[in-house]
Amino acid sequence: MTRYLLSALGCGVLFGAGLAMSGMTDPRVVLGFLDVFGAFNPTLLFVLGGAVATTMLTFRLILRRRPVLAPAFRLSALVRVDRRLLVGAGLFGVGWGIAGYCPGPAVSGLGIGSREALWFVPAMLVGMGLYELVARLMRAHVAARNAATSTPDALRR
Amino acid sequence: MENWPLALAGGILIGLSSSLLLWLNGRIAGISGMCGGLLFPRRGEFAWRGIFLLGMIGAAGAYMAWAPGALQPRIDFPRWGLVVAGLLVGFGTRMGNGCTSGHGVCGLGRLSVRSLAAVATFMATAILTTAVVRHVLPGVL
Repeated sequence: MTRYLLSALGCGVLFGAGLAMSGMTDPRVVLGFLDVFGAFNPTLLFVLGGAVATTMLTFRLILRRRPVLAPAFRLSALVRVDRRLLVGAGLFGVGWGIAGYCPGPAVSGLGIGSREALWFVPAMLVGMGLYELVARLMRAHVAARNAATSTPDALRR
Repeated sequence: MENWPLALAGGILIGLSSSLLLWLNGRIAGISGMCGGLLFPRRGEFAWRGIFLLGMIGAAGAYMAWAPGALQPRIDFPRWGLVVAGLLVGFGTRMGNGCTSGHGVCGLGRLSVRSLAAVATFMATAILTTAVVRHVLPGVL
């Protein structure tokens, strides 16, 4: 357990150093990349390119065996490209395009004394809570509807 | 673009961090998922997420404190813009199960079609939003 947490700490440190080193904690650099019709700044392409090239090389090898400190890999079992994925990703992109913060750089902003992070991060957490609330209401609604439609079936038998 | 070697090196560090977390702990380094997991904790899943994020926050702070050329903060961006953007990023990343790190760095790394679809979608809406904010409605933000 201790080694598991220490490894999480080390990975977090590497991640934060990478974000800061690459300039991603400055939302102007990020918006410069997204602004393809204006003063385009390709920095983010190098960052994402370096990161994805690395994971593409290593993940394939890593996933062949079991993780070192855990019994199994914990990967998303979802495979379908559905409306929920696309609408969610679309909304995230709109927020990203407005302020230039995705979650990693925004949370890291708390460490570099960014005043903007003090507004963005709490709003982000509220947004996450709002989604959880909506999802729970939807699930309750679907469950109630299923119960209502399945009752006659049960009676028929 | 005078800083591309640093950008590339930083990107590789992020990729190495994601690789190590998968190799050692068997977990995907998704920042929005970690935040969501702190907000709605499950037994045994809270501590590693919290400690990863603390490490990330601390390292970013330490880098900025020691690196030459301190970051000049953006001062002209309105607070309501930050709040609206934060709400959308929080809601959207939970609905779509990930952000730039989980879908982008890790999902593309394991050749997930779902992640590719998510990345294409959020890149497209982000580019479109930036274009509207900067060129169609300048002065709003």
